[in-house]
Amino acid sequence: MQSRFLPYMLLAPATLFLAVFFVYPFVQIGILAFSSGDGFTMGHIQTMASHWKFGTALWNTVLLTAIIVPIQLALALSMASIVTKLKTGRSTILFVFAIPLGLSDLAAGIIWLAIFEQSGFLNSMLAGLGVIEQPILFLGYQNMWVIFAAVVLAEIWRATAIMMVILVSGMGLIPKEYYEAAEVFGASPWKRFTKVTLPLLRPSLQTALILRTIAAFEVFAVVVALGGTTLPVLMGETYQWQFTMRDRNVAAAYAMVILGISIAATLVFLRLLRVPKEARL
Amino acid sequence: MAEIIIKQVAKSFGTFQALHSIDMTIRDREFMVLLGASGCGKTTLLRIIAGLETPSQGEVWIGGRRVDHLPPRERGIAMVFQNYAVFPHLTVFENIAFGLRMKKLPQQEIDKRVNRTAELMHIEQLLKRYSGQLSGGQRQRVAVARALAMEPDVILMDEPLSNLDALLRLEMRAELKGVLAESKSTAIYVTHDQVEAMSLADRISVMNGGKIVQNASPVEIYRDPAARFVGSFIGNPPMNFIKANRQDIGRWRVAGLDLYGPSHGASSLEFAIRPEDLTIGEGGFIATARVVEPLGAHTLVTCEVDGKPFRAVLDSDLKVAPGDVLTLIPKPDRIRWFDPETLLAV
Ligand SMILES: Nc1ncnc2c1ncn2[C@@H]1O[C@H](COP(=O)(O)OP(=O)(O)OP(=O)(O)O)[C@@H](O)[C@H]1O
Ligand SMILES: [Mg+2]
Repeated sequence: MQSRFLPYMLLAPATLFLAVFFVYPFVQIGILAFSSGDGFTMGHIQTMASHWKFGTALWNTVLLTAIIVPIQLALALSMASIVTKLKTGRSTILFVFAIPLGLSDLAAGIIWLAIFEQSGFLNSMLAGLGVIEQPILFLGYQNMWVIFAAVVLAEIWRATAIMMVILVSGMGLIPKEYYEAAEVFGASPWKRFTKVTLPLLRPSLQTALILRTIAAFEVFAVVVALGGTTLPVLMGETYQWQFTMRDRNVAAAYAMVILGISIAATLVFLRLLRVPKEARL
Repeated sequence: MAEIIIKQVAKSFGTFQALHSIDMTIRDREFMVLLGASGCGKTTLLRIIAGLETPSQGEVWIGGRRVDHLPPRERGIAMVFQNYAVFPHLTVFENIAFGLRMKKLPQQEIDKRVNRTAELMHIEQLLKRYSGQLSGGQRQRVAVARALAMEPDVILMDEPLSNLDALLRLEMRAELKGVLAESKSTAIYVTHDQVEAMSLADRISVMNGGKIVQNASPVEIYRDPAARFVGSFIGNPPMNFIKANRQDIGRWRVAGLDLYGPSHGASSLEFAIRPEDLTIGEGGFIATARVVEPLGAHTLVTCEVDGKPFRAVLDSDLKVAPGDVLTLIPKPDRIRWFDPETLLAV
């Protein structure tokens, strides 16, 4: 009897903590987004959606995610494959790769700003090499795509390692014998990757993709550091409405949009990378 | 043509030497059984032939081609793994079809081969299941079917029937023998079950401690063990050994009997006889029965000769009880002699 309830009792404090500090504010935001002084309203959502920046912010966020996450996935998969094959020095390399993980996203943004700004490393280097005479303004609003590319670069640099770490541990769980069997039965290295590694890695891929996609929808500090408000994104707009326009209701509406697309993405990944119970490792 | 030649292959894991200079030739379409106790290096040798392990030295040739630097998939082999290695994310059908898909065979041919081998292994009703939904024995049969479906030049089987019940094993053994006899595959079959080895093999290689001790036909292995180890490992119950002291040239004293033997210079040899090559009669070894085990047609009697255990398989008509004193005569043409120094036959 006692042992049946024990796990639940042990989890109770954490559950309570989450309920108080997460679910409660969350419900509050939901209420803020859909209510005014006199009950339910879609007014805030309309205000948000009809603002000229909303469409751009949504488009930019989704586009950034759609570019960053696949690149990160490809990079993380190749790096993880290489790291997994190492016989020695594996932990050192993992450690080096994981260094950017220790940085906050704002710090990462500032580092890349130091590279791209007018008096930054890139300009000094190009000038030093004699490629240019005048420093170039990379991050101006005329060069929106440069800001965009800089954000993509900074995000890839900053957050690929987390995916890689998850995939490395996932690959470590795949027994060597399956690769040997595949090899004996004629699979080339690429076929072994697509026919053995990828299918058996689905649970880890799921985790990594969900984590990264949700984080990508919330991209903020790096964008602010590199482009200020030149490149509107959803999280930036939430911040603007909350603190500059002082409209908590519309800010809450933005938060709801981010939540909505995050849930949608999560469901897609859960469905797409589902492993039937009988086919698990 | 897929003759396998192994030349002076050795393998060390760190400081541990798992294989010592193995030399072996397996003829085209031959069924070779590797027999040996657990840990003697059977799997290691098979993995070297498959290309999953690199030999520390030596050469492997398959079908006239040196293959020890080729990856497994370029060696024309298929393998049944000791731990099955049936893919968990594929159904039984797709597991068996795996190698065929890699070869890009047409779907029709794949269906045909999968169904045929599945039927052979009695797993045709499991084709839609996943590995996680199979018993150990069923999984093992999937592994065998997967290898057979390839119709390879060389098929390597690492204890492919070890997990089946006695009856199924007997049946599968016969099926395997039939299929492989009809196929063009050269087979190497690892087992530590000597009955299996005897019944399947064209030739048996007995391994011990990373060396091949004897390589011969099943009957020869049984009748004329080249080393003491083979005699003590093959046969159930194994050979009896008694110390023999030299009396004169070609005459040896064995547990109170004077026997003609090899004219060997050593002062002592080991006399050896199989338990079923003993008969009761005048002037034999004086043996006191200790344990009597009726086996149906025969009775296994464990006696004491010269203070050491000594087994005899006798006709079950003979009434023997523990404590009885028997006189056991060895059949002269079945007596074998071993050198206690080299442990080899003389
Ligand atoms: N990767 C390895 N590293 C170190 N030692 C190994 C390795 N693989 C095998 N060995 C050792 O080599 C010896 C031979 O092993 P092998 O697996 O070939 O035995 P086997 O004859 O197949 O035994 P079994 O009948 O139990 O399967 C064993 O002593 C084993 O401990
Ligand atoms: Mg083995």
